[in-house]
Amino acid sequence: MKKLWLIFAPLLLFPGLGFACAGDCSKSPWTLMDPKGPIAADEKHLILTAFGLMLIVVIPVIIMTFMFAWKYRAGNKQASYAPKWDYSHKIEAVIWTVPGAIVLILSVLVWRSTHELTPEKPLVSAVMPMVVEVVAMDWKWLFIYPEQGVATVNRLVIPTGTPIDFHITSDTVLNSFFIPSLGGQIYAMAGMQTELNLLADTAGTYRGLNTQFSGDGFSAMHFQVEATTPQEFQRWLKETKTGGPGLDSYRFKKLEMPGEIDEPVYFSSFQPGLFQSILHKFAPAYAQPRMPASLIPASVETDTRLIQAQK
Amino acid sequence: MYESELLGKLTLSAIPYHNPIIMGAVGMSAILGILLLVWVTYLGKWGYLWREWFTSVDHKRIGVMYIVLAVVMMLRGFSDAIMMRIQQASSEGTGHGFLPPEHYSQIFSAHGTIMIIFVAMPFFIGLMNFAIPLQIGARDVAYPFLNSVSFWLTAASALLVMVSLAVGDFSQAGWTGYPPLSETQFSPGPGVDYWIWSLQLGGIGTLLTGINFFVTILKMRTPGMSLMKMPVFAWTILVTTVLIMLSFPVLTVTLALLTLDRYLDMHFFTGGMGGNQMMFTNLFWIWGHPEVYIVILPAFGIYSEVVSTFSHKRLFGYTSMVYATIAIAVLSFVVWLHHFFTMGAGADVNAFFGIATMVIAVPTGVKIFNWLFTMYRGRIEFTTPMLWSLGFIVTFTVGGMTGVLLSVPGADFMLHNSEFLVAHFHNMLIPGALFGYFAGYSYWFPKMFGFRLDEKWGKRAFWSWLAGFYLAFMPLYALGFMGMPRRLVHYDNPIWQPYLLVALAGTFLIAYGIFCQGAQLVASIRNRAALRDATGDIWGSHSLEWSTASPPPFYNFAKLPQVESLDAFAHMKEHGILHRAQAPFSPIHMPRNSWMGVVMGAFTFAFGFAMVWHIWWIAAASALAILALVVMRANDENVDYMLSAEEVARCEKNTSQPATHTTAGHNDFKPITQG
Repeated sequence: MKKLWLIFAPLLLFPGLGFACAGDCSKSPWTLMDPKGPIAADEKHLILTAFGLMLIVVIPVIIMTFMFAWKYRAGNKQASYAPKWDYSHKIEAVIWTVPGAIVLILSVLVWRSTHELTPEKPLVSAVMPMVVEVVAMDWKWLFIYPEQGVATVNRLVIPTGTPIDFHITSDTVLNSFFIPSLGGQIYAMAGMQTELNLLADTAGTYRGLNTQFSGDGFSAMHFQVEATTPQEFQRWLKETKTGGPGLDSYRFKKLEMPGEIDEPVYFSSFQPGLFQSILHKFAPAYAQPRMPASLIPASVETDTRLIQAQK
Repeated sequence: MYESELLGKLTLSAIPYHNPIIMGAVGMSAILGILLLVWVTYLGKWGYLWREWFTSVDHKRIGVMYIVLAVVMMLRGFSDAIMMRIQQASSEGTGHGFLPPEHYSQIFSAHGTIMIIFVAMPFFIGLMNFAIPLQIGARDVAYPFLNSVSFWLTAASALLVMVSLAVGDFSQAGWTGYPPLSETQFSPGPGVDYWIWSLQLGGIGTLLTGINFFVTILKMRTPGMSLMKMPVFAWTILVTTVLIMLSFPVLTVTLALLTLDRYLDMHFFTGGMGGNQMMFTNLFWIWGHPEVYIVILPAFGIYSEVVSTFSHKRLFGYTSMVYATIAIAVLSFVVWLHHFFTMGAGADVNAFFGIATMVIAVPTGVKIFNWLFTMYRGRIEFTTPMLWSLGFIVTFTVGGMTGVLLSVPGADFMLHNSEFLVAHFHNMLIPGALFGYFAGYSYWFPKMFGFRLDEKWGKRAFWSWLAGFYLAFMPLYALGFMGMPRRLVHYDNPIWQPYLLVALAGTFLIAYGIFCQGAQLVASIRNRAALRDATGDIWGSHSLEWSTASPPPFYNFAKLPQVESLDAFAHMKEHGILHRAQAPFSPIHMPRNSWMGVVMGAFTFAFGFAMVWHIWWIAAASALAILALVVMRANDENVDYMLSAEEVARCEKNTSQPATHTTAGHNDFKPITQG
């Protein structure tokens, strides 16, 4: 019995570890607790609220376990002993209703927050949203700026304060697109388009990554997110547009070959309709699977018409 | 890839002789295997093993063999775990650890597959094989031969996984094998095929076991034992078998579709040609989520037995335990999508699955409170099984909390695929399932072998496992909040490394715990005379298995017990009812041992191996042989015999235990354990 404290000792280690900091201590290592955009801030808040609500049940359970185990130990002959006592209306009522009530409260929270934070929902903002098309490749990220006419690999530059509307797909296996500082992730699936709306309200360099195992190069499949002021973003855009090669079909084929990329790559232009053509490669219009609205490849109809028009 | 008609894709180059780590593991396994074979030969025990064990249809023997299989595979799965921890602790920045990515991904894929399919499943199936017929007062299961077939199918599949170490490789697509990564385009080698066939063939064995125990519990209960008089463990197993019967066919079909994709170039889950990868993900988790409860519910049953026995008190809230179990089972079928909220199915769908997931916390919480109120006003003995149960209650509650957190879609978007998730499901499965099996192992061990396990080593094992668990997994929760994804072979964030080093230390502590369990077994066998259980009821328990001798005679009960109430054995003790049968005896109808189960297992292995390597003629021949055995068995008239009354009388006389119990009930229990 004396050893029961041993259960507690490792628990104490957990918060203690928070102070371990081997590298750059100026930045908080707790990425999820250090949001840089409204979505990430809401999701942080949600995590903490749910966590707090659950402690209402969890703490009593842990305390009761230790209390009962100690008080009713075989050696304690003072404690009452009721070997046949096996039912109580009151206790049954409490143990079904209290967790039930907490789950009811959590359910309301879930329903609201899920609709509030659903990734395809446009952000409310006075600034016009900017579309970025994201393609997961083996093992790198391609970012296409359809309105600006540039493309990058493994480096995402965005203006602060501007809602970014990510259109995401995969040119290969299942991937998951995640920028922890700005908000939650969403899958990148070949032949399907998902949508994610994020906003950075602080300028800075953040880390983006793929979280879904995708083969040998998976560990290297992360990218830099550079949130800059709108002015600086325009300057960057101008530089990129004038310097560097365009993403033609030769360079795209090269990019498609499985491999890791050490340094970000910038393209001054790309072939129009590139994103749609990647989508269509895996989801021919004649075999359109039935799926939820959010998963249907964007504007399949328009593109089919486009293809026909080209013919 | 070139395929010959004789050997399919199999060539000498399939053996990874250039990889020292794999060859080391193969060498070690081979040496241990050869030593074991030599030892058995030296002892001259082959005949004994064949007659008494391999061909046995006795549920108690099959149960023990299942547990042995689980323990062997646990050592393999745990070696994988240690390798992963060493890799992650040493691969920051310029360090690259000792594993290349293509090897690391095999290890985490094998670790998951082995721990779920070949450790958790055979461990609880072994315990239920041993305990269920005894608990419900039956002489065997409904289909004893089928039971043998199920075991050998599982063993053959486990062997297939082990062979993948030496011949070819294992899947690199994770234990969930999501396409398109698991399709031929991205995984052309035999690895995914090993994964498919070991899951497929083992899954069929599990399905047969599920049917077997479902029928056994429904049809073979002793007179008087209505469903609501069954021990809670029997209830959890009944519900588990329903889950198995409803969910395993989904796995079978899903794997079959992937097999068609891989072998016949079909397009169920490929990109393009009308295939949809997310269909696999949905189907996989429609099996996979009930599977979680398939391994956890039996442990809940064990905890119920153990907490009540060692609190020397009736189980609190039996009825609500039963309904909570059923509620969990029903709900387990409507939560599968919480494994991939990030698919983007829309807010309505995500919210539905999130709420359904949370609702499961209610019946689970009720169970926890019922165990606590079973302890309340009890006389708690801190034996090893009870310690496992207490460690479970505290630790599992923490895991439940992180689980509810993950069931909130908005939170899951941040924590999905992270080390937080890894910590969460280990936090459910290690205390929720494994601790329960360990509790059951030390609880029923005296019933299996007639002597109990050494307490001192048992407690050392428990404390090492518990402390090791917290050290190994609490840092992973923290890493999740630092944005570290799972399955990284290399990373360049120095802040993560100290946490991974602590996790590694925890793994070593768990390794010491496993060592203690080995030492416990050795010490107990050496000291078995002192640890002998002469009464058959060593813990002062309440259910029927304890009314038999330890170990029970092969026919379990000379006369079937008559059950009057819940806790049937406690009732007998209390009312001074004789629970050991007295003469005159009647003849007993018994099943005959059969060589067909083990031979079927051998052909199943050959079939699986041949399918992996595209050796069509062996595959066809093995399939035909299995079919022939099924037909032979169906036409075999000589499958049972009558054990004569005189024989029963002689066996009963040989059990030295007293026929009546000396203690009269719960009230005047005496502590049995020390140390």
